[in-house]
Amino acid sequence: MPTFVYMTRCDGCGQCVEICPSDIMHIDRTYRRAYNIEPNFCWECYSCVKACPQHAIDVRGYADFAPLGHKVRVLRDEERGMVYWKIRYRDGRVKEFAFPIRTTPWGSIRSPADYDTPGVDDMQSALLAHEPTALKVDALPTLPINRQTKE
Amino acid sequence: MSLFSSRKTVYVDADILIIGGGFGGCGATYESRYWGRDLKIVLVEKANIERSGAVAHGLSAINCYMGMQWNENQPEDHVRYARNDLMGLVREDLGFDIARHVDSTVHKFEEWGLPIMKDPNTGHYLREGRWQIMIHGESYKPIIAEAARKAASEVYNRIMVTHLLLDKDNPNRVAGAVGFSVRNGNFYVFRAKAVIVAAGGASHIYKARSIGEGVGRTWYAPWSSASAYGLLIPLGVKMTQMENKIVLARFKDGYGPVGAWFLLLKSYATNAYGEKYEAARFEEIKALVGDYAEKQPMPTCLRNHAMLEEIKAGKGPIYMHTQEVLDTREKEEIGWEDFLDMTIGQAVLWAAQNIDPKERPSELITSEPYVMGSHATCSGAWSSGPEDVAPSDYQWGYNRMMTVDGLFGAGDTIGGSAHKFSSGSFTEGRIAGKAAVKYVRDMQNSVPRLDETQIMMLEQSIFKPMNNYEIGRNEIVAGTVSPSYITPLQGLQRLEKIMDEYVGGISTFYVTNEPMLIRGLELLSMLKEDLDHLGAEDLHQLQRAWELHHRVWTAESVTRHTLYREETRWPGYYYRGDFPKLDDTDWHVFTASQYEAGTGEWHMSKLPVHHIID
Repeated sequence: MPTFVYMTRCDGCGQCVEICPSDIMHIDRTYRRAYNIEPNFCWECYSCVKACPQHAIDVRGYADFAPLGHKVRVLRDEERGMVYWKIRYRDGRVKEFAFPIRTTPWGSIRSPADYDTPGVDDMQSALLAHEPTALKVDALPTLPINRQTKE
Repeated sequence: MSLFSSRKTVYVDADILIIGGGFGGCGATYESRYWGRDLKIVLVEKANIERSGAVAHGLSAINCYMGMQWNENQPEDHVRYARNDLMGLVREDLGFDIARHVDSTVHKFEEWGLPIMKDPNTGHYLREGRWQIMIHGESYKPIIAEAARKAASEVYNRIMVTHLLLDKDNPNRVAGAVGFSVRNGNFYVFRAKAVIVAAGGASHIYKARSIGEGVGRTWYAPWSSASAYGLLIPLGVKMTQMENKIVLARFKDGYGPVGAWFLLLKSYATNAYGEKYEAARFEEIKALVGDYAEKQPMPTCLRNHAMLEEIKAGKGPIYMHTQEVLDTREKEEIGWEDFLDMTIGQAVLWAAQNIDPKERPSELITSEPYVMGSHATCSGAWSSGPEDVAPSDYQWGYNRMMTVDGLFGAGDTIGGSAHKFSSGSFTEGRIAGKAAVKYVRDMQNSVPRLDETQIMMLEQSIFKPMNNYEIGRNEIVAGTVSPSYITPLQGLQRLEKIMDEYVGGISTFYVTNEPMLIRGLELLSMLKEDLDHLGAEDLHQLQRAWELHHRVWTAESVTRHTLYREETRWPGYYYRGDFPKLDDTDWHVFTASQYEAGTGEWHMSKLPVHHIID
């Protein structure tokens, strides 16, 4: 289901160009609007669909196996931390779903540099950042020394 | 070069350079900053880290979580599981290392805001299977990317890294990398004291089942262009298990995953006549692989094998009986979210073909082969293991350092450590990140020296496809047929056809043999020569050209490893028709290869498999 762009909705802002993991959303030089330059490299990941402020991008199932007449629309609401889906079947049936996407405010993750600087000894140990506390067990597991060279 | 007369060369110095901003790269960036507060940590990505890598559109489960806090599993248990699934051959030290750290990674993910489903009775994470937990993972990647952005000194998006560089004074030490901006065509030279390669595995080295637009819907992302291996192999890095391709049994055409359906929703698969074929074929599988058939759960490749034999026997299509298990709204939501979070195309396919999973079963089929190091397979670089756990011959320096000094890896890049998935890849990135900081500290002020002549030659070579196009395009009126160049897509299609027909793709039911592999290598060598004649009409096509280079290097390595291993270790992933059985006497070993740039020779060898877990 490669993406396509509705002529009357796209304003050429380029957010889809910015986000596309496959680099296939480009701005057409004549119309100054976005389009999918390489449908056979589109993973239908919907990154561009979700990023488009004009809701100008939609998907039509891959021509080699998907019959026409369907729609899978999405609205991703970062403020509310939810994603909303509306699925319309070829035969007209409709299904709707809503799922949470994040439990904390966007931008709230602390930089690892904001934590206390680890000690010199910690650098030599096998512990990673925030361990052992973040493991929620007493200590990092290791193997008995006699098993380490067993063949 | 008129089009690029304005091209600039941009030099970037870093203490640690991380190539690839997927889960491995984001983990490496985070951990490098934690231990290296004063270091310059640079993350470079060919797309945009907000939505890049294999988890770009999200995931519906975390497939690697021990649950040590509830005594659900111990790291040793996970090693046994991965070892069984890979038919005995995994680096147990690497797997143990990931398993013992992965819980702390997942706990941070939850703290950062990833919604993890809970079991209402126990309050524990909701298990999909023994190792998997269910998440609401639409924003899994943006959350992880936020952590990486907070940690990095600089993030360079839309830079395609094409080559790694070696130190002019020490030919076994990494010095950095070169690449180009896919947006403005500038040439980038990164110089770094340590480099962590966390690039992607390989989709699209085999012809896909789909034939048109649908080839975009490969199981693994089309942007996973084998840079994990294509960057390393030409440098002479020792690679392992490159023959261990993976084939996935998935929902047909949409490639929707089957895990949640089998494990959580307790659905099941049958042939077209309603028969449960896996159990029926047990004795036949045991004759092929011996005791490995009795491992629980049955290894992924053997389950594929049963399905393939069923299809060959004329009993297809194979069906997943979704209609038997979606008896509540809650289960229906789980089933749909499974796809809407991570394989939206499958939902589109259901809508397009009027398939309501509550009412009708869906077809399953095996995919084209892929090459990767993070799923139920373990191709990649041979790397040094953890200091406190690795057997002595698996340990020659820093954890996750390859056979080149200062060169580290994570995720698809590192071989031998299967079943990492998203959380394990991030964890392996963390392990590599800490080790790289240690390396940089130990090297003190030693900065690698760049070879300016080599860099000039690389620049010419990198932009050559644009020259080829500009010159060759004037020979012809219009169109894509030129006697002087091939487009990246034309080259890719030739690669996929060679690999499919000679190296065990779908058209031979994954069967190959020595004569086929030798013929495949001959055709690959001509394709490699033709890569000098790629024509790229713009920067996007230049990116495709270099993705193809990485894929072709990887494909050659896969072919040579497949030729070297004279047995059929993983029936259902591929078959050596001339060595149809598993052979533990001669082949309970890792395969290894090293390419020698000076002579163009490939050196193949066996490496021992040490079992450090009972």
